[in-house]
Order: sequence, then C-alpha cells, then structure tokens
Amino acid sequence: MIRIITRLWSHPIGRLGLIAVGFNLLLFIFGPMLPPYDPEAFGFTARLTGSSLAHPFGTDEFGRDVLSRVMVGSRNTIGFGVLSTLIGTTVGAAIGIVSGYFGGLFDEIVMRFADAFVAIPNLLLSMLIVIAIGVSTGNAILAIAVSFAPSIARVARSTTLTIRQTDYVKAAEARGDSTGYIVLREIAPNVMAPVIVEGTIRISFAIMLGATLSYLGLGAQPPASDWGLLISEARQYMLRAPWLVAWPGLAIAVVSIGFNLLGDGLRDVLNPRVRD
Amino acid sequence: MSANYLVRRFFSTLLVIILSSVIVFAITNVLPGDAASMVLGEHATPQDLIAVRERLGLDQNVVLRYVEWLGGALTGNFGESVAMQRPVWDVLSVAISRSLILAFSALLIVICIAIPLGVLAAARKGTAVDLVVSLFSYLGIALPEFVTASLFLTFLAGPSLGIFPAGGYASFSGDGVVDALRHLALPALSLTFILMAHISRLVRSEMIDALASDYVRTAVLKGLSRRQVLFKHALRNSLLPAVTIIALDIGYLLGGVLVVEEVFAYPGVGRLMIFAINNRDLPLIQSTAAVIAAGYAFANFGADIIYAWLDPRVQYD
Repeated sequence: MIRIITRLWSHPIGRLGLIAVGFNLLLFIFGPMLPPYDPEAFGFTARLTGSSLAHPFGTDEFGRDVLSRVMVGSRNTIGFGVLSTLIGTTVGAAIGIVSGYFGGLFDEIVMRFADAFVAIPNLLLSMLIVIAIGVSTGNAILAIAVSFAPSIARVARSTTLTIRQTDYVKAAEARGDSTGYIVLREIAPNVMAPVIVEGTIRISFAIMLGATLSYLGLGAQPPASDWGLLISEARQYMLRAPWLVAWPGLAIAVVSIGFNLLGDGLRDVLNPRVRD
Repeated sequence: MSANYLVRRFFSTLLVIILSSVIVFAITNVLPGDAASMVLGEHATPQDLIAVRERLGLDQNVVLRYVEWLGGALTGNFGESVAMQRPVWDVLSVAISRSLILAFSALLIVICIAIPLGVLAAARKGTAVDLVVSLFSYLGIALPEFVTASLFLTFLAGPSLGIFPAGGYASFSGDGVVDALRHLALPALSLTFILMAHISRLVRSEMIDALASDYVRTAVLKGLSRRQVLFKHALRNSLLPAVTIIALDIGYLLGGVLVVEEVFAYPGVGRLMIFAINNRDLPLIQSTAAVIAAGYAFANFGADIIYAWLDPRVQYD
C-alpha cells in the first residue's frame, strides 16, 4: 500500500490524482462541517446575485449561499459514488472470478448475460431499476452498483483466465488445495490490480450517473443536498443565473477528474508493462 | 475475414439483443411493485389495478407475455403506448430517425475535429497545445452530459447571445434547412464535446506510440516531410483503435443521448425513453429500451467487422 502510494507520487499523473483525491477526502470529511453560512438560510435581500466577496459562488433564488450548499452536498455526492462503485465492483469481481475459474457452460451463460447487460447503457439500466424498486437515494446506489457489475465481471474474468493457467495455481491444484482456498488466496489477490484500476475510474462515472439520476428526479429527493439536485433545482433560473449550474457542475468535474487521474496513474503504476 | 466469422458474430449479436430484451422485461415485470401499480401510481383503487392488469395482459404468465411481445416485435408490432394511446412503433420510428440525424451530425463534427486535435497533441507532445487538448479532454469526460448541455444552453442560447433556439426540433423538409440546423446545433455540439474527449485522447496516445516506432523513424530518415510522416504513416496506424471507439460511441450516442435530448427538448429516442419512464408507460419503456440495446449491439458488431476488414493482421477462424 505504502509502496504503491510512493510510486504513484513519483508518477506525474498519479501525483495529481493523489492530490485531487486527497482534496476530495477533505471535502467529504469537512465539507458539511464548515459551510460559511447556513445552507438553508433565506436571504431575501440578496437573491440570485453573482459572485461577490460575501458569496463567492453567488446566491440562489431564495438568497441561499451557493458555496455553502455545494459544500454541504459534497459528502452525499462523493459518498454516493464511492459506495455504489464499491458494491458494484465487489459483486462484479466475485462473479467474474467464479465464472472464469469454473468455466464451461456456467461461464458461457454468465458471460452472455454480461454482454446483454453491457448492451444496455448504464444510465438507462439504472433508471429502469430505480423505477422498478422505487425512487430513493439508497435504491439509486443499488441500481448503479448493478449496472456496473457486469463490465467489472468481464474485466475480472479475463484476468482470471490468464491467472488460472499460471504455474502457482497449477501447483495449488496439484497440492490438492480446496477450490475455495485457490479462488480466495491464489486468484482473487492477483485479479485485484485491474479491478481496482477499473473501479477507481468508475467512481467518477458513478458520481456523474448519480448526479444525472438526481437531475432527472430519480435519485436524491429534495430537501436532500446533492450536486445533481442543486443543478436540477436551478433549471428554471438557469438563463438568469448561470452560476447556479456552473458551480455545482464544476464541483462534479473537479471531484471526478480526481478519481480519473488517480485511476490513470494506478493503471501505469500497477501495470508491469508500463509505457511512458 | 471469413464468412463463417461474420455469420457467427451476427448470431451472437442477435443473442445479445434478445437477452437484453429479456433483462429489460424481467426488470420491469418481475421485481417487486408490479407493473400495474407502476402505471397507476401508489393511490390506485383495486378495481383500477385489475382493469389495467387485464389491458396490459398482466394476468397472464410472464414468460408467455415475453414470447408474445417478442413475436410482435419481430413483425413490427410493439404494442400500444399507455400514455399516448398510439401504437409504440409509430412513435418510436419517428424518434429513431430524429436521433439518428442528431447522432450522425455529432459524429461528423467529432471526426472532423477530434482526430486532427489528437494528431496535433501527439505531434506537439509536452507543449502548451498538448496540455490544452488534454485539459479539454478531461473536462469532456468529467462533466456529466446534463451539465455540459445546460452550460451550452445557458451561454449560447441565453438572452445575451441568443444565436440558437433553447430547444425543440425543426424538420429539414418543413421549416427550411437553416432552421433545422439551428435546432440541431446545440444538442449536436454537446454530444460532440463529450465524444471528442474520448476520441482525441485515444488518437493522441496511439499517435505517440506510432511516432516512437521504427517505421516512422525510417520514414523520417528517408527524408519525407513532417506532414507526410504524420498523416500518411503514423495516423493510418493510429486510426484502427479509433475506428473501434467511434463505432462503440455510436452505441453510446444512441443510448447516452438520453440526457442531452432531455435538456434541449429534442424529440428523439432519449427523450421518448424519459417520457416513458416518467409516465411509467410499460409497453413504451420495454420497446424503447430494447431498441436502444439493439442499436448498441449492432454498433459493436459493426466495429468488429470494420476492425477485421481494416487490419489484415487480424485473423479469425
């Protein structure tokens, strides 16, 4: 772990990613604790004002401070992305490893279904799942996790197929180690690298998907604070007050670029065939 | 590329399409909260529920219903939209044609801009030009579509500039070409911005690999001009992966335009899908989602075929 972080730090993109994700972590922890104003406090004297020293991100239609609202929403938005990716990646990796290791008809069926799942765009699939199980933040997390699992499963499976052929797995099989032991102790740790790379990049997709679901009214519901919801609420005033869209939008971009950069850095650092 | 490979690949595409329609059907039918209450909302009376179940055929077995739907779909009968009281295919076919217009305009702009940008960034690797291109790529990837689209809408269609209409659609035959293009411009540009990020990044990294290769060094040492080396030798080999990504992005264009169409009120497949979902219009949801998945699967199929055709090194049995 320490070794990977050190190597990331000496990699130009990896270092940027580490800094950006460190910033995201700070936002996640301190964002909701340190807003300069009460995010729900109305200010009727300063409605829809642009950036100023008092309100760096301007104010919304009720005169609420946009910076405070963005800060308070950070934990939900980042947490949403990380949690849904974590669930989707774990489930997907488990399916992929098992399917790849056992092979045969089971593998064939699982992979054809994975192909079919991948043919349905992530946003569409999560929308369908949300309306089937009900609109709520928790269900949106679940829906995105489900929509991620098949493509993670494909990544994990293809790595498993390679690792299954290696001598150390063959040796374990010859020793008579149990299947569970081989899958958990020999295969899973070696499948981790590509899965982690894929997962890290996917956190930014998950954040964007979650924001999109909220924007379409299928994710977080008012009065929750979520960046997608902020933009959705700003729709009516967008032409008069573009900053209501721009600041939360920029916040989403900054947070997702961070995970993207970290993922790109990890790909180079964890890949033995690294190319510059 | 053998005919055998082509046929096999075609049938596996069909299988994917059928399986994805099974998935869509299963999600909208088998999960808790049955379809009738989805259509009617939480406050439906039991009598209404029974009536709707009968009308949608929900009192029948789910497998039977799927087979019926599939049989209808294969003969062009997708059932009737609950919310619009019109045959699904009538609504869907019009929407598909509009989305295709949007998708191909976006693709055309992307190919004309993204590939040269990628070449430029690779040729000037490490300079300010490269940095700006990379920065834009990251922005295109990191901004959700609805933010990009909203920002385009605010700044280019807003009262200050007002060059473009804020949304809607004008047909090429009805209101004249100029009006049709003005309506098409912003949604197409939003899609372009996102796709450009993918493609120029890819072309850049492939070009950098190609420029470091022996055949490019030979070409340079032979005394060919820089332009010839860049476009004739390096680019040709870098385009191969780009073709795959472009073909895959057609799938994305068909499906992922959901949000862009919604923001600009562009009446294509994406907006139809969101309308269907907001109205819990089950027949419309099932068929539209199946059509989007089919588009994606066929784009994949096309990508494989083009790849095999372009690259003589790829051998399939």
